[in-house]
Amino acid sequence: MNYTKLNMNEQEYSDYVDAHSKKSPIVKNCTLAFIVGGFICIIGQIFTDIFQHYGLSFKTASTYSTILLVLIAAILTAFKLYAKIGKFAGAGSIVPITGFSNSIVSPAIEYKTEGVVLGIGANMFKIAGPVLVYGICTSTLIGIVYWLIKLI
Amino acid sequence: MKIGKQTLEFDKKPKILNTSSVVGPKEAEGPLSIYFDKKFNDALYEETTFEKAESKMIMTAVDTLLGKIPTDNSTIDYIFAGDLLNQCIATGYAVRELEMPFFGLYGACSTFVESLILASSFINANYGKKIIATASSHFCSSERQFRLPLEQGTQRTPSQQWTVTACGAALVTKNDNSFKCPVVTYATVGKIVDMGIKDIANMGAAMAPAAFDTIITHLEDTKRRPDYYDLIITGDLGTLGSKILIDLLAGHGIDISTNHSDCGKLIFDIEAQDMHAGGSGCGCCASVFSGYIYELLKTKKINKVLLIATGALMSPTSLGQGESIPSIAHAIAIENEV
Amino acid sequence: MDLILTYLKVFVTGGLICLIGQILIDKTRLTPARILVTFVTAGAILTGLGIYQYIVDFGSAGATVPISGFGYSLAKGVIQEIDKIGFLGIFTGGVKATAAGIAAAVFFGYFCALFSKSDIK
Repeated sequence: MNYTKLNMNEQEYSDYVDAHSKKSPIVKNCTLAFIVGGFICIIGQIFTDIFQHYGLSFKTASTYSTILLVLIAAILTAFKLYAKIGKFAGAGSIVPITGFSNSIVSPAIEYKTEGVVLGIGANMFKIAGPVLVYGICTSTLIGIVYWLIKLI
Repeated sequence: MKIGKQTLEFDKKPKILNTSSVVGPKEAEGPLSIYFDKKFNDALYEETTFEKAESKMIMTAVDTLLGKIPTDNSTIDYIFAGDLLNQCIATGYAVRELEMPFFGLYGACSTFVESLILASSFINANYGKKIIATASSHFCSSERQFRLPLEQGTQRTPSQQWTVTACGAALVTKNDNSFKCPVVTYATVGKIVDMGIKDIANMGAAMAPAAFDTIITHLEDTKRRPDYYDLIITGDLGTLGSKILIDLLAGHGIDISTNHSDCGKLIFDIEAQDMHAGGSGCGCCASVFSGYIYELLKTKKINKVLLIATGALMSPTSLGQGESIPSIAHAIAIENEV
Repeated sequence: MDLILTYLKVFVTGGLICLIGQILIDKTRLTPARILVTFVTAGAILTGLGIYQYIVDFGSAGATVPISGFGYSLAKGVIQEIDKIGFLGIFTGGVKATAAGIAAAVFFGYFCALFSKSDIK
């Protein structure tokens, strides 16, 4: 809609708004994301190393490490601490696997009031669902291509 | 009587006999805390769901209002009310308990002024003697509907606003000249204005053009100058939206920089409470008017107020389909009789 | 000394991946769901192209803990399973390799939800 009284079209208004909007403090956000994200990965590495130290194979150790990270994030979410970390860490706590866990637990808690089947059950995958869909579809496609290449 | 393009003139001067306000935890910590009638510290308000908490807030606001007069439910001719949830459920369940003839309204965050305008029109037309106008919003119930789960660890952007947990109610009555009260003189009904903003985290910018349009139309229709008003207060434009509105109006030779304020800016201490661009939601304008502005009018600290509530009329469905945010603003002039 | 170097590599790799996510959030206003989807897809594609393996070799947990590592596990699982059992591996390999993470998230998520209530942030 070109609004005559405003003497501005949508594009001009959008540019105007962008110019006046307070920008996200990107340097601060990136620094925090880097530190927190790196830190979570180090915790993952420590877990893997400890499990390996006690005789597990690398693969088993890193699987246990993943499970442990997921568990810790789920508990932190349940105690309302993960959202507090996320508030200052941003992508630092969204991108690691702990963020995936948080994205499953948080809607589950939120929609509990709508019952255990359609409340918790259906809403758990509000955010994690797309991750699984795209992850599985992409990897399956890669598999098909790989299989075809192998064939020739 | 209708004057100009979009303005109603209330010749019978309906009175706003009294108001009441109920606010949640964050609002109770804010700078306007002392002006609110009832405060609660737990977002659930001793209920089991946030939706029920919102209903309880509305019931408490209405009960408090009736207690101030005092009068009982049966003397109320109608209640005009609305909230932000689908099918206005918080209001519906609250009114179920109140047993009053009910008009459910949806004007997003503009609902409070919409209900005030309709209540005043009914009174002016002599369709009733006592009408309640109210609106409410709850941070937790609207956050889950419009954005993300509360425990999701995300960052809020600087332009984002915080939905106010509050309800404000006003009792509009016939002006029998018995004692002086703030009266409603004019109302300008807004048109939908959409400047193509799609960012749900920047509603102030989406709604500012609507406020701009309504204010200009109001001034043209009433032939008033902006400095006629002691206070021109917008509902929930927040810091960015307010800046844009003042700027846009200045571009048209209208200066409201000295007498403009915004409910979304007043209700929180934006820095200390980390509220980014300020408060928003139906309850923001409703509670700030009912608690703070009405008190200023009653004590004659100010005498002429133009209240403009702005609403962003989007839904999760429309956002998902990539639509922009249609916005509306309704203005109502409330003045002390001389 | 070796240990410190390994941990430094983990920290830098993981940090950098998150930093890319943060830039995406701040510059493009992508929601968390889109960030996660973008990373998991990118991780799978880079694995298919053989690039992500180098990142994992360098950064260990720094590359596997971020959600792109989930994409890496999926794609790697598919490829390894195809090598092992052929065509059927396309459909069984990915989820098999990531089953632990998915099952853990669902199971813990469900029980944490039962014992928690959401509240104002």
